[in-house]
Amino acid sequence: MFPELNNLLDTTPDKAEQGKLTLLCDARTDGSFLVHHFLSFYLKANCKVCFVALVQSFSHYSIVGQKLGVNLTMARECGQLVFLEALKTSLDVFFQKPAEPHPLQFLREASAENLQPLFAFVREALKPGDDGEATWKYPVLLVDDLSVLLSLGVRAVTVLDFIHYCRAAVCVEWKGNVVALVHDSRDTEDEENDLLLSGLSHQSHLILRAEGLATGFCKDVHGDRSLTYQYKIQDKTVSFFAKGLSPAVL
Amino acid sequence: MAAAATCGAGAGSLRSVAAAAAVDRSSATSFQRKGPRAGDADGRGPRLVSIAGTRPSVRNGQLLVSTGLPALDQLLGGGVAVGTVLLIEEDKYCTYAPLLLKCFLAEGVVCGHPLLLASAREPPARLVQELPAPLLDGSYKKELDQDGCSHPAADAKVQMKIAWRYQLLPRKEVGPVSSRFGHYYDISKKMPQELLETAQWHGFFLPEKMSSPPTAEPCHLTHGYSKLLEFIKKIISEEGVDGSNPQKKQKNILRIGIQSLGSPLWGDDVCCAETCEHSHSLTKFLYVLRGLVRASLSACVVTVPTHLIQNKAITARVTNLSDTVVALESFVGLQREINPLYKDYHGLIHIRQIPRLNNLICDESDVKDLAFKLKRKLFTIEMAPVLAS
Repeated sequence: MFPELNNLLDTTPDKAEQGKLTLLCDARTDGSFLVHHFLSFYLKANCKVCFVALVQSFSHYSIVGQKLGVNLTMARECGQLVFLEALKTSLDVFFQKPAEPHPLQFLREASAENLQPLFAFVREALKPGDDGEATWKYPVLLVDDLSVLLSLGVRAVTVLDFIHYCRAAVCVEWKGNVVALVHDSRDTEDEENDLLLSGLSHQSHLILRAEGLATGFCKDVHGDRSLTYQYKIQDKTVSFFAKGLSPAVL
Repeated sequence: MAAAATCGAGAGSLRSVAAAAAVDRSSATSFQRKGPRAGDADGRGPRLVSIAGTRPSVRNGQLLVSTGLPALDQLLGGGVAVGTVLLIEEDKYCTYAPLLLKCFLAEGVVCGHPLLLASAREPPARLVQELPAPLLDGSYKKELDQDGCSHPAADAKVQMKIAWRYQLLPRKEVGPVSSRFGHYYDISKKMPQELLETAQWHGFFLPEKMSSPPTAEPCHLTHGYSKLLEFIKKIISEEGVDGSNPQKKQKNILRIGIQSLGSPLWGDDVCCAETCEHSHSLTKFLYVLRGLVRASLSACVVTVPTHLIQNKAITARVTNLSDTVVALESFVGLQREINPLYKDYHGLIHIRQIPRLNNLICDESDVKDLAFKLKRKLFTIEMAPVLAS
């Protein structure tokens, strides 16, 4: 996680808010650094994390996680992290009909009716254990990213339904958090994506937007207050500074 | 502006030193591949293998292969990463995009990598015959100097130089001709037959494969796309690049080249109308393709006629589903007057997207204005002259 981002958001792994939906949004740039931040943040906070990784492989997150101080392999082995590596498992679903309902079943359909198997997978992964003693603090669902579901034939309404079910289970029932990344497609007239984005924006507690500019980067933080900071990504961290105070300008 | 540039350069060198140190310290820096690897110790991660025609990236140790154009390699941060898909957005009349594809495949022949060629337009056998000849030894410098004038004596010497190489090689040599990374190609000459014979390639020509009647389509992809994905999967496991056969002594990279994906010749109507029947075929295909490539030692180059796609949303989705995206914009047949500054060039090349693999940052080139030209023999990429606004 990035200490500076924690400062800006006024949170630490120990005292993060629960029962919230955080929306990560990127426009004209790659906002995946925010996904890495939250993944390592919640693992450090000792939460049970279910990560639906639709666009990159496990080793990619693992290697970046190492730089940020978390060991994904170990987290997966001891049960703290449930990782759905969609790029790999999609091949199993695509080339032969799966025997039982598979979370990525929607790949086999022209236009998926609902994402019920995927929700069932998430529910199974995050439901609290039967033993009265809680090993992990609270469950967290992380999705990278939702826009790719639209490319795979799922309608925006179906994705919104899925997130609604996840919120009901994870946020309300189990007092956990949901974090999802969506691309902002303002320039490209992607109506389905706009529908998805505006639908999620209304439901979320916190929206983090990463926006690319020609010569630098800008991030808006929407919450109780609206703040704008600029950021620069480095090898192991991201540094934030107020507009106009970047070391390159001073 | 100058201060920022030097700052960038300084930071760049610091980063590469740090990355080199990181590569030394940890051996687990290349992509995780499916299947066990011989000599792997309890999940430490795969070691960097030394395969001909590959090199590790300076930034993150990721295994790279050359595109066949050293200038393009540099702009992409060293080359195409193994396990990724490079999308080339075709220029309007498809004059230059096939050249890039051919250089990529020719590089595979020279390095001894097996090839997989898919096309709906022309038989792969013909494409293979048209691959450009490599410029071995110092012939490249000669070509650069003598560009524009004909020197029959020099040409003869160039010929002899290539022949000299082959005289040294035993007749049945299957290994790579050169172990260098990145070669220059003479576009005006075809690759010599002796070299082509050493090449292993698998062709997919759509009209041939479509002869079998379409069965119930799984996943509702266009028939051509489903067949192509099955073919790619079959070849990946035949060549053993998915790690399924740990006994295979020599590891190699499979180079996949797909021509004009998305064009109506593939049975897809995404280029024909704004609201199309198969609106998700192309994007689903790219997703599964990326899954196949990620899970194996392959590198894929796909050319797509994005200028024909009517629905901008689909173009954006196609771009998001690829790792690296390069767009060609040629000046051929332009109605408007081309700026006289560009008179030496044939078009512009835009690097739209570079992946951030195993890393928070990527090697974005500082130079954004790039132009290309096809001289008599060479395809070169240079910084475009800056236009006065």
